[in-house]
Amino acid sequence: MLGTTFTLAIRSILRHKLRSFLTTLGIIIGVAAVVAMVTLGKATTAAVQQQIASLGTNILQVRPGQGFGRGGGGPRPPDFEESDVEAVREQVAGVTAVAPQAQSTATAIHEGANWSTTINGTTSAFFTVQPWPLTAGRTFSPAEEAAGKAVCIIGATVQQNLFRNRQAVGERFRIGGVSCDVIGTLSRRGQAGFGGDQDDTVIMPIKAVQRRFTGNRDIRLMLVGVDETYDSAQVQSSLSDLLRERRNIEAGAEDNFNIFDTAQISATLTGSTTLLTRIVAAVAGISLIVGGIGIMNIMLVSVTERTREIGIRLAIGAIASEVLMQFLVEAIVLSLLGGVMGLVLAQVAIAIITPIMQVPWMFDLQINIVAFAISAVIGVVFGFFPARRAASLNPIDALRHE
Amino acid sequence: MAERVADPIIRLRGVTKTYGEGATAFQALKGVDLDITGGDFVAVMGPSGSGKSTTMNILGCLDVPTDGEFMFKDVHIETLDRDQRALVRRKYLGFVFQGFNLLSRTSALENVELPLLYRGEDKKTRHDMGMAALEKVGLDKWWDHTPAELSGGQQQRVAIARAIVTNPDVLLADEPTGNLDSERSVEIMKLLTQLNQESGITVLMVTHEPDMAAFANTIVHFKDGLVERIETGMRARVDA
Ligand SMILES: Nc1ncnc2c1ncn2[C@@H]1O[C@H](COP(=O)(O)OP(=O)(O)OP(=O)(O)O)[C@@H](O)[C@H]1O
Ligand SMILES: [Mg+2]
Repeated sequence: MLGTTFTLAIRSILRHKLRSFLTTLGIIIGVAAVVAMVTLGKATTAAVQQQIASLGTNILQVRPGQGFGRGGGGPRPPDFEESDVEAVREQVAGVTAVAPQAQSTATAIHEGANWSTTINGTTSAFFTVQPWPLTAGRTFSPAEEAAGKAVCIIGATVQQNLFRNRQAVGERFRIGGVSCDVIGTLSRRGQAGFGGDQDDTVIMPIKAVQRRFTGNRDIRLMLVGVDETYDSAQVQSSLSDLLRERRNIEAGAEDNFNIFDTAQISATLTGSTTLLTRIVAAVAGISLIVGGIGIMNIMLVSVTERTREIGIRLAIGAIASEVLMQFLVEAIVLSLLGGVMGLVLAQVAIAIITPIMQVPWMFDLQINIVAFAISAVIGVVFGFFPARRAASLNPIDALRHE
Repeated sequence: MAERVADPIIRLRGVTKTYGEGATAFQALKGVDLDITGGDFVAVMGPSGSGKSTTMNILGCLDVPTDGEFMFKDVHIETLDRDQRALVRRKYLGFVFQGFNLLSRTSALENVELPLLYRGEDKKTRHDMGMAALEKVGLDKWWDHTPAELSGGQQQRVAIARAIVTNPDVLLADEPTGNLDSERSVEIMKLLTQLNQESGITVLMVTHEPDMAAFANTIVHFKDGLVERIETGMRARVDA
């Protein structure tokens, strides 16, 4: 009996190629649209999250002054000192490492190429706080740090402009009148959410920068790494207490430094990507409905023709359930076929569009399964229910159906 | 066979059929009594709207009487459910319609094989019996033609082949020549006569044309939802 049903179903599909094709097409479009939309939405979200991650997750940035755009007028609050760095590292619970930073700008020159860039003076703690893989070479040794030797780790943009992307480790170039040995090259980080090109930098031991560029021992920025098991708000508050004490700020007076928590920023940005994901889901739902209506239309249009066919089959001795079974198998075969083709089409679309949108390629198993399942159900339901109504008619009424 | 001739194969008693309900209800059959002897060739005649098709549909188990008894081979058909009636159609009945009702885009042979498929016959049996049925109606050479590639007369012969492929006891035909010219009609009538006489199939046929009814042995006249009169023994008269 099952064999017979299957034979009948396949014959019917092949015999009505246009109808079968249109039915399948509805499902193909539905599945492909949903899978492509949702996957691209998730890829975009992933791209944003990748940028967030490049900020470093659990880092407190500590600066003198009262945050962005404030603290105009009045005496400029003092910068931090080396002893502040040590105190934070030793006395605040939950701090993994503290990287001081002093900044300057200068023009770098190498074999006729010159490039104006930012010099960042720091310690090797910088690479602990904020992991940034090297493509070649090494970071500073303690001896180089202590002596303030003129050794450099250069960012990808500097490498590109000064060394034309050639291997740079072991080379020597001049920067702001100082001759500097390249000991390491950094991997590319790309555009950050803020602050322009992070790869346009030359990193040197902070002592070298202080002595040869800024001319003082001031520290303009501390990057404080926070242990993941600690609550960053807690760490932030004990850090704040320590700095108030060290900077002799009276109770009730405002801070003359600010702490910027990247974990908070990440949370905010992640919130907006969640919104994006929801919008994408809504669009996907609409695509699915549109696809479903397409399938429904084809099925309903073919009902008249099929009702007569059902009448004929019943008249020559088919039992209603046998006829229904055939229609069910037909609907399942077409839906599965359309579903698989839709998934393939979606993958092709994603492979073409992701490079254009500059988002990472991705494969989301869940949405593939969901879209496939829902379309299959729509196909089966709309293939089956009109047939069920027809099969419940008296054979003679089904035959008379216009 | 002998038993068939003795007992009526079909017996209608007080059969009524009402279409619709309430104010729009219309009684198409008003208490039909009718016996059909196995192996007979019966023509059903009567004015339009007299209830011929309604009766045929009930006899073909395609529709159910509103009231009354319908005995087929001593079984009370009016007590059967949909599926049981389908099985009676499958096993004992063949139906030919005025409008042929073949499956489109489907070859003559596959149309004829269809009832065998529902009977669960294997592929070879289906093919052999299908071809044999097509041969009986003289269309074995046309087996792979679809309805669109066949003339009206040929389509009706395919429909007859489909109706007889299961070797039914009764062949019901509602105006089988209604869509055909007189030459084609005579061919169909000769075919039905041949099936009746050679295979012993009981044939019930609705027709408006006395020329066609003349092929039958018994003529049942309908009027206003009732059997008006029955002429029988026509063939004996013709043969004599
Ligand atoms: N499905 C239906 N619903 C309502 N009334 C119907 C239906 N089928 C038939 N009738 C009515 O029942 C009566 C008998 O119809 P039937 O088809 O049996 O007549 P008939 O003798 O076959 O006529 P004809 O020679 O025109 O085919 C007619 O008046 C017809 O209008
Ligand atoms: Mg009629």
